[in-house]
Amino acid sequence: MNIHDALFWFFSIAMLACGLLVIANRNPVTSAMFLVLLFVFMAGLFLLLEAIFIAAIQVLVYAGAVMVLFLFVIMLLDIKASERRKFKILGVVGGIAVGLAFVWELVIILSQPIEPLAGGGAELHGGLEEVVKPFFAHYMLPFEVTALLLLVAMVGVVLLSKKELK
Amino acid sequence: MIPFLLINLVKIACVIGVMLTVVAYTVLAERKVCAWMQDRIGPNRVGPMGLLQPLADGLKFVFKEDVLSHHVNKVYFTLAPMIALVPALITIAVVPWGSQLMIPGLAEPVKGVIADLNVGILFVFAISSLGVYGIVLAGWSSNSKYPFLGSIRSSAQMISYEVCLGLSVVPVFMQVGSLNLSQVVEYQAHHVWLGLCQPLSFFIFVVSAFAETNRLPFDLPEAEQELVGGYHTEYSSMKFAMFFMGEYAAMFVASALMVTLFFGGWSLPFAPFNVPAQTLGVGLAHIGIFLVKVCGFLFFYIWVRWTIPRFRYDQLMALGWKLFIPLTLLNILISGVVLTLMSK
Amino acid sequence: MQVERPKLTIWERTYLPQILHGLWLTLKHIPRRKFTRQYPEEKPPLYGAYRGAPTLVKDPEGRIKCVSCQLCEFVCPPKAIRITPGTRPDGSPDANVEKEPKEFVIDMLRCIYCGYCEEVCPEEAIFLKRDFAIAGYKREELQFNMEKLLELGGVQEDSIWKWKYKGAPPPDAPAAPKREAKVS
Repeated sequence: MNIHDALFWFFSIAMLACGLLVIANRNPVTSAMFLVLLFVFMAGLFLLLEAIFIAAIQVLVYAGAVMVLFLFVIMLLDIKASERRKFKILGVVGGIAVGLAFVWELVIILSQPIEPLAGGGAELHGGLEEVVKPFFAHYMLPFEVTALLLLVAMVGVVLLSKKELK
Repeated sequence: MIPFLLINLVKIACVIGVMLTVVAYTVLAERKVCAWMQDRIGPNRVGPMGLLQPLADGLKFVFKEDVLSHHVNKVYFTLAPMIALVPALITIAVVPWGSQLMIPGLAEPVKGVIADLNVGILFVFAISSLGVYGIVLAGWSSNSKYPFLGSIRSSAQMISYEVCLGLSVVPVFMQVGSLNLSQVVEYQAHHVWLGLCQPLSFFIFVVSAFAETNRLPFDLPEAEQELVGGYHTEYSSMKFAMFFMGEYAAMFVASALMVTLFFGGWSLPFAPFNVPAQTLGVGLAHIGIFLVKVCGFLFFYIWVRWTIPRFRYDQLMALGWKLFIPLTLLNILISGVVLTLMSK
Repeated sequence: MQVERPKLTIWERTYLPQILHGLWLTLKHIPRRKFTRQYPEEKPPLYGAYRGAPTLVKDPEGRIKCVSCQLCEFVCPPKAIRITPGTRPDGSPDANVEKEPKEFVIDMLRCIYCGYCEEVCPEEAIFLKRDFAIAGYKREELQFNMEKLLELGGVQEDSIWKWKYKGAPPPDAPAAPKREAKVS
């Protein structure tokens, strides 16, 4: 096992552990902090794939901005640690069903032989150009439409958050 | 492999050592410059002209009692100062301190930067955006009103100005054509300092950097008069010292970034300082030039702090969202148009 | 009163000129003359009726002037003064004064330097001198007893000569008594 594999296993297991702790914790701030840690480990996985740009964006956007907003909301609303709840039958059954569905999917995927990517991933360096060029060349229209959609959503939020319309 | 590791370890040790020394003396400079501006003398008792004051301050912090109130969340309370300090120390890794050092006995020249990342500036923003957790967690875990208000303010302020900071440097990288900070410096060494051709970008970057490092006029998370020190109200001893060092280390990084992005990094616009160093002496001179420029910006930080009063919170938000973000977007657009026209 | 708001130009409304002016102002102050007083080496000048630490004084003959009437003890607002009164021994030349303090303690931790004791003293025996840096390592050190107070006070050349000159003062006396001494 070389250092690459060791890091892969470290990041994966740490990610899974963090993910588990996010939902297992009763303190909302602790949950949020484990989610941050999860994003950082995920960035580590991207680094192992040499996708440096995506790794940096992952930390910048998710860990650095989105989760700060989460924390902001948690702190502003003063969410107390949730109490121990009784299990609801519907929830338990549904959860088990969804979990089994995922396991089934995994079994199907893993039972097929894994083939290397056709195009030869070695040419990609994960730099800015490889990631961004398709957006502005080949996928220009979908990209711009998405941007427009986000703008519409933003305007909508501003409109909704106004107490009175003048 | 082994020499590579060794060289890098030495580089890291040197960088951290120099940086923390500069940080310690920035604290002294802050007090001295403030005193001079107010027609006072400032600290002059410890050592000649008070030059050993940082040492005395450090000793004082070590020997102070570390108060841990019973109402704090102990884990986060202890963790927060570390989270505030570490990002500032990490981000300096991608900033080029010098061009290269020709060390006798080594086959290849040693680069003047620890990690020559292709996405250097993104790395800086990504890691420094984690620094806000130190402040937010400090305020939350202190479990008392003023720190909490400070951390609430801080989280909103940091996110807002991160956007300005990120957008303001886009024209720089459009002009250079790379996100690598070493290449930005080399571009400036060959052409012109970017502060001259991107003045708006430079101005917004400087102001946003003030907001990101919680310095006056944007030190709302601390706000001694309203919030009794804000997020670090409950802190004492070395934990407080770590916040303190974190603030000044962040100032150092911000100054280093301003120098690198807008003021030519290690270069001067004449030979032999506008090309990568071919001798050891010039290489060291490059590092010296870089440090002198950084100290200039640190002085600017201090100068502004003791001149301008604090902004109100709504003024801060209005400045960020209503003025700077539209301006940076406009700046990107205009730069794009101009660069396209010039390349034809 | 109505105050007209000045009309700002666009350049002024950016606040940049004010900020630049402020920066220039603070910069100008850096090389200016400094007003710091290097305290332990440079003492501050004390003017006129400066009220420092209260002390007990002796007359030019080296005798205690206090007659332990305890007026200062009564008037002292923070109750810093404690006097244990005593009598002068019968054989002494000043036996006519009858009383003198056996012990006289001023708690300098309580003293507020108001000067009432000096004002009220009928014998002009207590004076606020010019010491202001009263410091000690222990509370006990700052309970000034009679010995210490007399040492601080020293000899006061003043106009009350009641004990020496029964009747008219000699021709070479420095000053005439301003009020009648209580001579029995």
